Amino acid sequence: MDWINVILQGVLVGGLYAMFAAGLSLIFGVMRLVNIAHGDLIVLAAYVALVTTETLGIGPLASLLIVVPLMAAIGYALQRLVLNRTLGEDLLPPLLVTFGLSVIIQNGLLALFTADSRKLQAGNIEVATIRLFEGVYVGVLPLLQFIVAVAVIAALQFIFYRTALGRAFRATADSQSDAQLMGLDNRHVFALAMALSLAVVAIAGVFLAIRADFDPSIGPARLLFGFEAVIIGGLGSLWGTFAGGLVLGVAQAIGAHINPGWQILAGHIAFVVILAVRPEGLFPKVRP
Amino acid sequence: MSVRVAFASRSSRVGMALCVVALLALATAPLWGGRDDLQLLSQMYAYVALASLWNLLAGYAGLVSVGQQAYVGLGAYLLFAFAILAGMSPLSTIPLAGIIAAVVAVPVAGLVFRLRGHYFAIGTWIVAEVFRLLASQVSVLGGGSGTSLPASVVIAIASTRQMRDFVVYWISLALVVAVLALIVLLLRSRYGLALKAIRDSELAATCNGIDVIRIKIMLYIVTASATAMIGALIFLQKLRVSPDAAFSVNDWTAFVIFITVIGGIGRIEGPIIGTIVFFALRQTLADLGTIYLLMLGVVAILVMLTAPKGIWGLIVERFGWQVFPLERRIIVDDRSAASGKQHPPGHR
Repeated sequence: MDWINVILQGVLVGGLYAMFAAGLSLIFGVMRLVNIAHGDLIVLAAYVALVTTETLGIGPLASLLIVVPLMAAIGYALQRLVLNRTLGEDLLPPLLVTFGLSVIIQNGLLALFTADSRKLQAGNIEVATIRLFEGVYVGVLPLLQFIVAVAVIAALQFIFYRTALGRAFRATADSQSDAQLMGLDNRHVFALAMALSLAVVAIAGVFLAIRADFDPSIGPARLLFGFEAVIIGGLGSLWGTFAGGLVLGVAQAIGAHINPGWQILAGHIAFVVILAVRPEGLFPKVRP
Repeated sequence: MSVRVAFASRSSRVGMALCVVALLALATAPLWGGRDDLQLLSQMYAYVALASLWNLLAGYAGLVSVGQQAYVGLGAYLLFAFAILAGMSPLSTIPLAGIIAAVVAVPVAGLVFRLRGHYFAIGTWIVAEVFRLLASQVSVLGGGSGTSLPASVVIAIASTRQMRDFVVYWISLALVVAVLALIVLLLRSRYGLALKAIRDSELAATCNGIDVIRIKIMLYIVTASATAMIGALIFLQKLRVSPDAAFSVNDWTAFVIFITVIGGIGRIEGPIIGTIVFFALRQTLADLGTIYLLMLGVVAILVMLTAPKGIWGLIVERFGWQVFPLERRIIVDDRSAASGKQHPPGHR
């Protein structure tokens, strides 16, 4: 029973990791950009939610109505004004600029909110549980978070393969110059992709902030979790990324159950093992 | 008529002369500088060395690593482990740290080289995190909170505090000179030619018979080894090690990348210029605390967007200077006079 609970918790947390990863995966797929500031943007979303809930007096879930569009707008502007200038053959400029952005966000948040741990209060839903069967309980909040993660991945999958916007994403990903010849404005397409990525980041950030304490320094670890989920799942496949998030969540839960100090380490080791024995990931679409 | 390849130019002769003068001045710093000056200079040497090594990886071999803190921390922990657990003299453990780091880098390279480009970058970061988490599990070295170097070990370096400062200072200087000399010699060798070919076009380098992957792995291992030795020395000065400080991504990678990019990536002079700028900014703006780091991030982004070749890149474009004799030029000697045909400056 003990282990069933552990694995179940791991799966539910894995949904959150899948959301960290989905935004990262989307950006890489469309414009071959790895956003080093991705984790810090998740933390930024958490702080935006904190300010929103405190000033408007609304709950964290209601704050999504403000945080998601706001983060999407930030994403669009960021891509249009800064990141589009870094794209090209050389991989250093986007890496360095997003690295710089990461340092800016971290220290900006530190200056504004100090290093104190914060948390979003969601009320009774935080402690509510459902009994699955004797000895196995799931929290309502982790369950909700997992369902939202499934919905986010399904929505991204739909956008990517069933809409005009998704067609534009896939066309630009395949060949930027051909997409331009077909009348697409790459700068706009990329900015929309970043907006979508940060909309997912906003959802992930709010759930992160409800689930646990956060402070300005925790961003990079979230980036690494997201990255590990992408590689474990296999590049280019959204459901693969989702599965990668679950594998990572379960590995961390098992590690934490054996020894609390091994939680993060167990996740990294799962990643390293997958990289060593199956570098293309579990469900690959393109080779890394 | 004879044809030969020359490395030195007029600017590099002036540059090398200036280097010798600077080196003499720096070597005698214990005579004219206070304790604070020596510490500041030692820190600068460490950053010049770390940035030069990162520059070799990223600027020449296209291996953008954000995980070099793995080897800084590894070197630091090896020094403390040998000194505390085996009672070895800290100075003799520095080369040992280099050798062990090279051995460790082999399987790590086997792993991270499965990832390309950006993914390689984040893969190296995860390796560094694994190292950090493993270090915090080592309870004999203080676990997560770290440990200090015992007084008996510190005294083994030299009996007086002043002499210890001098010894550590001179070793720092010797190490940075060794790293720079190694890089100059490497770049002047046939491997250097291969590296520059890889830097300019990997495809063309492969077509010319260069085993690109082998050279990259070799370079990764050499840099790991040297980075670990510098890491050991940095923490010998601090006398205290903890996982968060030793494997800090900000201290040992973010700053190093900013230094290299601001100074000029892909040029050996870049990290030196970058370090001077970085420390000048730090000395004047450090009181601002987090705002200073924020500004550093902004400056690095602006440099990358507006002058991607950095300060030294601008100087080379404008004046064609080179401090170190690295640029290969073909000199065609006539029978009568030594009038030479030269390539335009800036092509190295």
